[in-house]
Amino acid sequence: MSLVLIAEQVLNGLQFGIMLFLMAAGLTLIFGVMGLINLAHGSLYMVGAFCAAAVAGATGSFLLGLVAALAGAALAGALVEIVVIRRLYAKDHLDQVLATFALILIFSEGTRWLFGSFPLYLNVPEYLSGPVTLPGGIEYPVYRLTLIVIGLVVALGLFLLIGKTRIGVQIRAGENDREMIAALGIDIGRLYTIVFALGAALAGLAGALVGAIQSVQVGMGEPVLILAFVVIVIGGIGSIKGTLIGALLVGLTQTLGGIFLPELMKIFMAPSAATSVGASLASMAIYVLMAAVLIVRPTGLFGARA
Amino acid sequence: MTREGIVNALVLVCLVLVPGWAFYAGETFTITLATRVVILALAAVGLNIALGLGGLVSLGHAVFFGLGGYTMGILAYHVQAYEPLFEWPFLFEGTKSMPAIWLAAVVLSALTAFVIGLLCLRTSGAYFIMITLAFGQMFYFFSISWSAYGGEDGLSIYVRNGFPGLNTLDPIQFYGLCFCVLVVVLWFASRLNRSRFGLALNAARQSPERVEAVGLRPFHLRLTAFVISGAVTGLAGALFADLNRFVSPAMFSWQMSGEIMILVILGGVGRLYGPVVGAIVFVALEHVLGDLSDYWHIYLGLLLLTVVLFVRGGLIGAVTGRRAAHD
Repeated sequence: MSLVLIAEQVLNGLQFGIMLFLMAAGLTLIFGVMGLINLAHGSLYMVGAFCAAAVAGATGSFLLGLVAALAGAALAGALVEIVVIRRLYAKDHLDQVLATFALILIFSEGTRWLFGSFPLYLNVPEYLSGPVTLPGGIEYPVYRLTLIVIGLVVALGLFLLIGKTRIGVQIRAGENDREMIAALGIDIGRLYTIVFALGAALAGLAGALVGAIQSVQVGMGEPVLILAFVVIVIGGIGSIKGTLIGALLVGLTQTLGGIFLPELMKIFMAPSAATSVGASLASMAIYVLMAAVLIVRPTGLFGARA
Repeated sequence: MTREGIVNALVLVCLVLVPGWAFYAGETFTITLATRVVILALAAVGLNIALGLGGLVSLGHAVFFGLGGYTMGILAYHVQAYEPLFEWPFLFEGTKSMPAIWLAAVVLSALTAFVIGLLCLRTSGAYFIMITLAFGQMFYFFSISWSAYGGEDGLSIYVRNGFPGLNTLDPIQFYGLCFCVLVVVLWFASRLNRSRFGLALNAARQSPERVEAVGLRPFHLRLTAFVISGAVTGLAGALFADLNRFVSPAMFSWQMSGEIMILVILGGVGRLYGPVVGAIVFVALEHVLGDLSDYWHIYLGLLLLTVVLFVRGGLIGAVTGRRAAHD
């Protein structure tokens, strides 16, 4: 186990975490502002990946694919918000869970109907493929490094958007007191649609970016959705800063746990048993992390309210 | 008799007459479908105790369903493979007897529900939904990576487990057994509903502060409800595994949790027979729509949306036009 390998795994963990952040940021904004639990967020991730794969396949341009992912997911998000989600704000969590679960069924089967059950492939463009040598002699894929950079840039953009712009002020005000900002003359319905579309676009972007590493298929969004839930529970629902920290924690735990726990177990038991026990523990590690955080802080690391 | 009482009685009569007819007509498949209905209804009755009575929106009940399933799978597997489950402190070869398996499933699910409840009930609202979901995933991934019991492929049990005095391989006898279990649990749930505990739990859902003010502890009430709820769903899991003679990680999946919850909502949250009606409608839809189209989930999704957005109190609510008795 060399230092280079460890450094590579840390980078992988960062890359995974930053993609989770894109997904979880939308989820936490939507919950923070509208008080809505959106299980269908994973479907928007999938929509983004499919838009990117379809457009990149037709035009041959990866960048156009990304633009399509952003636009397609934002559009799907806005549409769903106007047709269905809008009617759910006043309802309790149970109804929200059910209705958005129903949306998952509709999105997944609809996509299967349009594109079939076979996975699509989204190729990494020529200029981003191949490895790059980092300081210290670490060989690392350019594309994954690009994902980290894009993710960090988007995260910075999001912090600026929330912290410095007019719409950001409205979003923060919406998190604190919905009735009050409606009374102050802000079109709350429009704000909700914008926030939802923004969250959807982030999810779609994540889907398209990850889609080039993995295959693009129906049901790809749900495993990520659940990890995103773990992220926002750890970070504290509604907090963007908490989400970023939670996402990096989960990404690193997941990636490093998969590598190091089997090795660690080998100290205590026979190699074959160690591999299987280590793999079991690694797959559960992030949930153990979440349980631990909630025992110490029931509203997450940066959560203000229950 | 109230209108809801009449609907409930009709549902029970249906559950006797339809399999009875199927038995005389030789429609074995219908009996199997009815058994599926009864077992899924049992799982949902379990969830309804936490959800309807306690207001605990658990999106992780597949944990208990899967635990029940794996209890049956593991106990029966060791008999099937002639490998004792453990040899110390005494030799235990596993068991193929349903009552023993049920007891084990109920105890294990209840213990697990106690531990999970202890952790999860520290949170509420959205956090509770997400953390129960995450616990479900934890068990799901664990079952996938646990290669000793089939891992991703699951475990097949070739011969259905036995019940004293019955031939459980005969579909109608197995149906009768499952139906009796459901009726007993429904009776238990209705007693629970009206007991002092049930009233206190109801109150804790509606107004925790007042319950605390009269000297009760909402946390203890909720934890007890969660344990009972988990135990019932665990029992359903053991039966479900026996119906299919197969257990797999799919029983732990979050889609399973979602499905159990759909059954409750479709029928009507907090209604005694809501889960039963939900299970009948769900299995019927699965069967009818599944025949019509490969993409039947779209129609299921649309139907669910309609029920959530426009029908108050689920299907039973739509028929009786009254709010659930405890509201």
